[in-house]
Amino acid sequence: MRSSWAGATTPGCSCVTESVHKSAPAARLTNWLVSGPPFVFLLLFFVMPGIIMVLASFRYPGEFGGLAPLTAADPNTLQGVTLETYRFFFSDPIYGRVFIKSIFMALATTLICLAMAYPLALLIARSPKKSRDLMVLLVILPFASNFLIRVYAWMIVLGPQSALSRLVNGFLQGLGMEPVHLLFSPFAVLVAMVYVHLPFMVLPLYTNLEKHDPSLLDAAQDLGANAWQRFWRVTFPLSLPGIFSGSALVFIPVLGMFAIPDILGGTGDMLIGNLIKEQFLGTRDWPFGSTLSIMLTIAVLLIAWLAARLAGKRGSYA
Amino acid sequence: MAQLEIRNVTRRFGDFVAVDNVSLNIEAGEFFTLLGPSGCGKTTILRMIAGFDLPDAGQILLDGKDLADTPAEKRPVHTVFQSYALFPHMTVAQNVAFPLRMARRSPAEIDRMLREALEQVHLTDKADAYPHELSGGQKQRVALARGLVNRPRLLLLDEPLGALDAKLREAMQVELINLQREVGVTFVFVTHAQVEALALSHRIAVMDQGRVAQVDEPSRLYGYPQTRFVADFIGHLNQLEAQAVEVAHGHLRLAVTGLGEIIAPSTKDAVAGGKGVFAIRPEQVRIGMHGELDELKNHFSGVVHDLLYRGDVSVYKVSLANGAMIEALLPNSAPGKAELFEVGDAVKLGWRHDAGMFLRD
Repeated sequence: MRSSWAGATTPGCSCVTESVHKSAPAARLTNWLVSGPPFVFLLLFFVMPGIIMVLASFRYPGEFGGLAPLTAADPNTLQGVTLETYRFFFSDPIYGRVFIKSIFMALATTLICLAMAYPLALLIARSPKKSRDLMVLLVILPFASNFLIRVYAWMIVLGPQSALSRLVNGFLQGLGMEPVHLLFSPFAVLVAMVYVHLPFMVLPLYTNLEKHDPSLLDAAQDLGANAWQRFWRVTFPLSLPGIFSGSALVFIPVLGMFAIPDILGGTGDMLIGNLIKEQFLGTRDWPFGSTLSIMLTIAVLLIAWLAARLAGKRGSYA
Repeated sequence: MAQLEIRNVTRRFGDFVAVDNVSLNIEAGEFFTLLGPSGCGKTTILRMIAGFDLPDAGQILLDGKDLADTPAEKRPVHTVFQSYALFPHMTVAQNVAFPLRMARRSPAEIDRMLREALEQVHLTDKADAYPHELSGGQKQRVALARGLVNRPRLLLLDEPLGALDAKLREAMQVELINLQREVGVTFVFVTHAQVEALALSHRIAVMDQGRVAQVDEPSRLYGYPQTRFVADFIGHLNQLEAQAVEVAHGHLRLAVTGLGEIIAPSTKDAVAGGKGVFAIRPEQVRIGMHGELDELKNHFSGVVHDLLYRGDVSVYKVSLANGAMIEALLPNSAPGKAELFEVGDAVKLGWRHDAGMFLRD
C-alpha cells in the first residue's frame, strides 16, 4: 500500500544526515543494537516457522500426528517427500468451495465493518478535541473483556429464547412464514465477525480522518461543492489509505478465524480457519494442514496485491 | 452602486465583539484591502463575505442583492486561503478545474478556461504535477488560478503571501497587481502587513478592535492618517505631546513638549488649546551640519545619539537641546560613504512647515 501524501518523506531526511555526522562504526553498532533483537525475533518466530510449514507440506503425516520420517527401515511405512497433499487439495472441489465461502465471509465482514465504521470515525474525527479521546476509548473498550466471552454472549443474544429471536420469528409468523434459527447459522457468524472486528476498522479510519485539513472542506465549499460533493471529492479520496489499512486489518484475520464459526456457526459452516485447525487438532494431518495454510497465505497475498494495484490506479498522489 | 456593500455589520462571539457596526462600499474592479492587527475583525469580515459565517446584525449585499440566504457554495465569491488549501490528491489541473466542474460547465469550456487560467499564472507546464511537488510560490499561483478560473464576482484573499519568504513575497506582489489588472475581478485582500497593503491596494480600510478606523487610498492613508491608531499602525512615526497655540488659516502653531513652538499644517478639527500629538515621519526630517537647514521654518540643534546603518538608508536618532528624541532617515546616496555623521556629532534637524501632522487626542 502506498504511503499517504502527508507521510511522504524526502529521501535523505535529517535522521540520516545526523548519523552520517557521527563516527561511522559507532553509528553502525547502534543500528545493530537497536534493530538486532527484533530482527532475530522475527527470524526465529516468523521466518523459521514459515519455512518449517512449507517443508512439512511436502511430507507424509506421521502415524500418531506429526510428520512421517524422511527415511525408515521398513519400506511399508510412509516416508520421504511427496506432492500428495497438494494433489489431494486440488482433487476435491470441497476445499476450493470452503476457500471461496471464507473469502466471501471476509469480504462481507469487511464491507459491513466499513459501512458502519466510516460514519462513526467521521463523527469522532469531527467532534471537539476534548470528547475525541473518550470516544476512541469507548471504541476499544470491548477489548477489555475476553474475546471468547464476548462471542459466547452472542449465543444468548441470538438464542431461540432470546428477545431478538422471538421478535424476528413473531414478525415472520405474522407474514405467514416459517420461523428461523438465528443461532448456528452463517448469519450468526457474520454478526459476530463484524462485532469483533469493528474497532480494527474504526481506528485506522479515525487516525486518517482526524489528520484531514479542515480548510480543504472550506475551500471545496467556497469553490461551489455541496455537502455531498465535498464528501465524495475531498474527504473520501483522502481517506483511501485509512480504508485500505482498516480493510486489511479486518479481512485478513476474518479469513483465518475459526473460533467464531466453531461457537456460533452450524455444522455446515466450516471456514478455512476451522479446516486448518481440524487438520492439526482433529485428524492430526500436519502436512495437509500446512498445505491449507500455504494456500491461505497465497490467497491473502493475491488479494492484497490486487487491492494495492487498484489503490495505485485510484490515488497516485502519494 | 458599489459592487459589495457591507451595511452596519456586527458579529459577536460570546461577549467579544469581533466586528462592530462596520459599513464598507467596495467598487467593481477595485483592489480593496482590510488591514489591521490580528484580532481586529478583518478575517471575520472576509468569512462573512465568503459565507462561512453570518452577521449577527447588518447586511452584506453583492450587486445589490442580500447574501444572507445564499450558502457559501452558491455565492459567486471565491477565496484564496492563507494555507492555499490545495487538494493534495488532485493535480494542478484538477485543482484548478474543480470550481468549473462544480459549476457543471461543459468539457470544452472546462478545457478552454483551465488552459487560460494556467497560462495566466504561468503554470501550463505544471498541469500534471501534484501540490506536494510545487514550491511555495507555485502553490500560491495554483490557488490564485483556482480562485479566478470560474470568474467570480469577488476574489477574497486571506493573507495569501504570509507563508512566502521576503524575496518571493515581493515578486508575488507584482504578479498579484498585474493579475488583478488583467482579469479585472474585484479583490478583497486581508493582511496585517502594512507594506503589502500600501503596495497592492487601490483603497485600504484600517481596522481596529472590530471597527473601521479609516478608509483611504494608500498615499492618503500614509500621508494623512486621521487617528493616532492609524498613524501608529502605518509606517513609522516620531510622536511628541503637543498643544495647539494658534489656529490660523493654512497652518497651526503648536507648543511641542521637548521641542518648543513649531509651525505645522492645519487640520480641520484643531482648536486653540486642544491637546494631542505632533507626529512626523523620519523620512520627512532632514539632517544637516551646523549652519545648514536654516531656511526651513522648523529647525533645531541636537546631537546624534544612535545610528542604525541599514544599507539603503541610515537611521539617526538625534537628541535635541530641549530634550526630545527625533528619528531622521537619510538615504545613503553617496557611494562608499554611508555614515555622514557619527554618534556624538552636533547636527541640525529640520522639516518643512507643511510636513508632519497634529493628531488630536
